[in-house]
Amino acid sequence: MAIRRGRGVAAINYPTGMNLGGDPTQALVHSTPTGNFMVTLSSVDLGQGMKQIMAQICAETIGVPTDRVVIDTADTDTGPHCMGTFASRGTHRAGNAVIQAAKEARQVMLEVAAEELEVNASDLETDGQGNIQVKGAPQKSISIFDVALSAHFKRGRSISGRGMFLIPRSYPEKETGAMKPSTCYAHACTVAEVEVDDETGEVTVLTVKNVFEIGRALNPKMVEQQLVGGSWMGISHALYETTEPYYPSRDHGGTDFNQYLMPGPGDLAETEIIVLERPSADGPFGAKGPGEMCANPQIPAVANAVFDAVGVRIDTLPITPERILRALKTQAAG
Amino acid sequence: MAKVPVQFTLNGSEKAEFVESGTTLLHALRDKIGDTSPKGGCHQGTCGACSVIIDGELRLSCLTLAETCGGADIRTTAGLAEGGVLHPLQRAFLDAFATQCGFCTPGMIMAAKVLLDRTPNPSREDVVEALSGNICRCTGYEPIIQAVLAAARANSQNAA
Repeated sequence: MAIRRGRGVAAINYPTGMNLGGDPTQALVHSTPTGNFMVTLSSVDLGQGMKQIMAQICAETIGVPTDRVVIDTADTDTGPHCMGTFASRGTHRAGNAVIQAAKEARQVMLEVAAEELEVNASDLETDGQGNIQVKGAPQKSISIFDVALSAHFKRGRSISGRGMFLIPRSYPEKETGAMKPSTCYAHACTVAEVEVDDETGEVTVLTVKNVFEIGRALNPKMVEQQLVGGSWMGISHALYETTEPYYPSRDHGGTDFNQYLMPGPGDLAETEIIVLERPSADGPFGAKGPGEMCANPQIPAVANAVFDAVGVRIDTLPITPERILRALKTQAAG
Repeated sequence: MAKVPVQFTLNGSEKAEFVESGTTLLHALRDKIGDTSPKGGCHQGTCGACSVIIDGELRLSCLTLAETCGGADIRTTAGLAEGGVLHPLQRAFLDAFATQCGFCTPGMIMAAKVLLDRTPNPSREDVVEALSGNICRCTGYEPIIQAVLAAARANSQNAA
């Protein structure tokens, strides 16, 4: 009986969004009378930071500071349609819709500014600080605050835009069954090192090294946060969590947090995160969906590491001490 | 059922409420007094989201009866900022991206505050131990541990 060490590797491809009956998200953008921009969405921020990302995308497209943008995700009854925040699709789908809406609003904004400055709209640019100026002659400028006031009270224009992003439904080919369920894939690879006690079946994860390829990281700190938390959750799925430990029987299933135990701050493995940015062809500013896939590769990596350590294949999750001991017993019986 | 009068100090202000016997402090704070910084996660003392500080001790407000808090000095995360300036722990949590959905954050900050009040220069093990009663689903804990250590460093630099 001994503590045995093992190392496992796993790699995944993860689609951004889904495609059953087509996958649309719509967005509306309009300016307030004082030149702030409202983005109206039905997409919901679950805490993953969607409001921040949408504000960045809208601000970058219109050419204003991010704090001039307000994201309203208040009401799925009254807002423009969204399929929802799931399948890691929020940034990709809603972000593309916001870009389209913001482009249209920017065009109206430049037209109103052109009338005020008596120049062509195509000769104007934004300075990113809240002003519009003539290209090559920045002394000839007008604040977006004044442009919005003019649009509302003088010119009778609505500085607004409509955005729509749709991944059309993909039908399988009749002969081969081949289809295109997704247009955009994120990738990840994990190397996990574990120690397995072959007397108790307990697994200790020593290190987790992850590489994530997620397109352009629109907010690198938030991406890092998602990936660090996701890596931990992947370990938790691999080793600890289940509502039905003897599925399909409900026996011994946890019914509350007294029984459904999750790892705490004392159960952390040394974790490393490396982000590779390969901009996607159809994502907003090259983004893909890093949301859910960050908790995936750790699971097969840990299973492979357990095999490397003690030579048993556990193909049911979570990889509990009981499952390891039963497999070792079977292995010993030969 | 007859209601029971309860008086205590919440973040330095006197509070007086009539509560039904058996009302938890969590319910009294959130639904009677309007301090929603303590969160109701499990309502059975296992997640730590409802943590508050009562007379200097870390307590689970979901397992504390309001009527037992007469005369107590109760502190919540809502009372940490002074004059619009965030408490060093709040600042450290923001800087370290130690919060994502935010539901566990007030409880984590309360647990960390009790730790730093008693152990101004904690080790990593001290921090892990202090946070062990609090569940987080988003961050994987490491950013939270780093935030508490950073707040301790900031405090000791200010004191020096």
